[in-house]
Amino acid sequence: MQTHALDIQALKRDQAPSEGPAGPAETSLRMENLNLFYNQNSQALFDINLEIPRQRVTAFIGPSGCGKSSLLRCINRMNDLVDGCRVQGRLLLDNEDVYDRRVDVAALRRRVGMVFQKPNPFPKSIYENVAYGLRIQGINKKRVLDEVVEKSLRAAALWDEVKDRLHESALGMSGGQQQRLVIARTIAVEPEVLLLDEPASALDPISTLKIEELIYELKSRYTIVIVTHNMQQAARVSDMTAFMYMGKLIEYDDTDTLFTNPEQKQTEDYITGRYG
Amino acid sequence: MNRMINEQELHSDRAPGVGKWLRGGDPLIWLNGAAVSVSVIAVVGLLLLLAVRGLSHFWPADVLAVSVSYQGQTRELLGEVVEQVEVPGAQLREAGFELQGPGPFYQRTLMKQGNRDFLGTDFTWLIDEQFGPRRYPLDVLVVERLEWGNFYGYLRAVSRFGEDPVTVAEHGEAATLEAMQALIVDTVAVREEIHEIEQGEIGAINYELERLRLRERGLELEGRLDAAAQADLASKRAEQEASFRALQEQLYTLYDSIKDHSYSAELADGRVVTLPIAKVVRAYQPNAMNVFAKMAMYVERLWEFLSEPPREANTEGGVFPAMFGTVLMVILMSIIVTPFGVVAAVYLREYASQGFVTRTIRVAVNNLAGVPSIVYGVFGLGFFVYFVGGELDQLFFPASLPRPTFGTPGLMWASLTLALLTLPVVIVATEEGLARIPSTVREGSLALGATRAETLWRVVLPMASPAMMTGLILAVARAAGEVAPLMLVGVVKLAPTLPLDGNYPYLHLDQKFMHLGFHIYDVGFQSPNVEAARPLVYATALLLVLIIALLNLAAVSLRNRLRERYKSLEH
Repeated sequence: MQTHALDIQALKRDQAPSEGPAGPAETSLRMENLNLFYNQNSQALFDINLEIPRQRVTAFIGPSGCGKSSLLRCINRMNDLVDGCRVQGRLLLDNEDVYDRRVDVAALRRRVGMVFQKPNPFPKSIYENVAYGLRIQGINKKRVLDEVVEKSLRAAALWDEVKDRLHESALGMSGGQQQRLVIARTIAVEPEVLLLDEPASALDPISTLKIEELIYELKSRYTIVIVTHNMQQAARVSDMTAFMYMGKLIEYDDTDTLFTNPEQKQTEDYITGRYG
Repeated sequence: MNRMINEQELHSDRAPGVGKWLRGGDPLIWLNGAAVSVSVIAVVGLLLLLAVRGLSHFWPADVLAVSVSYQGQTRELLGEVVEQVEVPGAQLREAGFELQGPGPFYQRTLMKQGNRDFLGTDFTWLIDEQFGPRRYPLDVLVVERLEWGNFYGYLRAVSRFGEDPVTVAEHGEAATLEAMQALIVDTVAVREEIHEIEQGEIGAINYELERLRLRERGLELEGRLDAAAQADLASKRAEQEASFRALQEQLYTLYDSIKDHSYSAELADGRVVTLPIAKVVRAYQPNAMNVFAKMAMYVERLWEFLSEPPREANTEGGVFPAMFGTVLMVILMSIIVTPFGVVAAVYLREYASQGFVTRTIRVAVNNLAGVPSIVYGVFGLGFFVYFVGGELDQLFFPASLPRPTFGTPGLMWASLTLALLTLPVVIVATEEGLARIPSTVREGSLALGATRAETLWRVVLPMASPAMMTGLILAVARAAGEVAPLMLVGVVKLAPTLPLDGNYPYLHLDQKFMHLGFHIYDVGFQSPNVEAARPLVYATALLLVLIIALLNLAAVSLRNRLRERYKSLEH
């Protein structure tokens, strides 16, 4: 297993992302020997060791069922919702283990926002969708909410399209708009990490492009982890890329390196389309 | 060439004619269409039957005057034609009638002749061949009375107490009738005043006296009934009794003021009788009325049916208390069943682990929906009324024992029993609604840092609200039409007061009440005067159907608005 694990020292030497913010990237998330079991007999992740840099875009790629979504959902403990699900190993967010018993899951999820494959706005108005995260924190002051809603919608590049219909149902928006609304809703609670689970797979090419531009905009402020099926997308938007196969991390490197000069044969086969 | 062979093969595959027609699916469409048509015709037919039979009762029908000769004797009759049927002669002969006519069939007529106090029966079957010429005299007077049913006759005189009578012979027909109408208006006003005092003020005094008695008994039970308390109670009681006596005086005066007004009328057989105005509801001359006057009278009588309490063992008057009781009980039932059902469904669907126990509970809940309603009635009587009610009485109303307060059938127990009866429907519908909510929406909420409870409260329950309304609609439809269990847990033939009034605590959950469903049963099958009650059965049934439809429509429109708001995501 260690053979597939990442040589962290080597990675740190190589790390010189061209599009990232100035200065060396610190580690935001660190996974140490992470194993995930869905029940006694089925293991979904095997000994994952991974460091995700702050304020960079990290992409997880790999064929269907390789565990990239499972890994993503470990980070904000969404897997807790699955009956019989069990995690071994450590997953550190800013050097705190998110699987520590003292961790408040709701607070963790406010720090680690998540956007899902299919847009899932609540059947409420656009405004209430964005304000939702604040309202559950007990923030109900209209002035504060107004400000946050506008800021978040602007950040999600949606403000100009919806500013005149904030109080209409979010379900009347197009798929791409809904997905950007969900992103706005997520960044309204000011998370540190943004998890994107195939955020553009249900969208048309133009909407996809908008989402990708948005990811590029957002990475100056958030640590972004994106799962994608689409290798071009991973190449376009990410600074770091992890290739996973059968629940194992095969290779993790700077995106340019991974796509142009992969170390592992499996990685090369996958990115050249020989299997997947 | 190739194509031709293929076509031939295709054709030979298919049976020609009937077989092809069967396979084409047409018969299925026709069958479905026919089933729908039969259902629609049945429903519309039922409503039409109820409407025609029930609503025609309120129309002021013309009064027939006819002489009937049979076996050499002739008698004069006045009355409304209620029904006409053809009967075989053999059947009549067997019953002992002598028939003149040749035909195998004879027309029989059911006449409402009224005047039960003079003739004994107010409905009579007659054979048409015995009829002399039919006349519709313009001056026939119909008097609706508080007692003895309708009166049919010719007005002769009206006498206001202490004044000279106004007679037809002296003052003319029109003036006499006018005098009578004026007198009726005055009397009705006084009667309303009496009713007001009896129900309102004396009711309040009785209520207050009862409370004083309970307080005394309560103090006695606690051993704190000392001289001071007794004196206090006595003075309060004296106060109430004094005002009671004053009111009673007032009542006597009012009664006296109307009791000697009277009117005289000639019956069909020539007898002249004098009757009290105090018992008159209204008087009119249907044969002299034009269509518009009749329509006005129709509306008046229909309104009376809807707004007045029943009279004469429920065979006359209105059904307002029954209507009120039905609606109130359904509303109370909804208030009880909705939270219970929703909470149970949320637990079963959201929190309980989906194992054997949960499955068993779910099956049990589904089966509860199939338990006959009378079983719920028996359970309600045994558990709610005798056990819970008895305990409540011991704990909270010891002063009024041995007379039970909640330990007897009443509005609360009826509502609770029906809530129990409809609980499975609400649980099943809500559970289905919860199951339909996409998990992505829940995850979206959780991912924003909401707890499960917050997610449930802010996202899941609002989205499931249309399903809850569906459950409630089904529950209301079932509960409003239910009669059997209610007979055991709180519905009575005649409740003297409404369960909602001006005396604290305003809503009397311990009171018995009237219900349209039971009213139908009572009027239709327990009535001393079947013929008089029959149209009311139809009218009451129609009213019950309309009320249920109205309650349902209200709930459906509410649900549609919720659906519009929380319409499911297109996933």
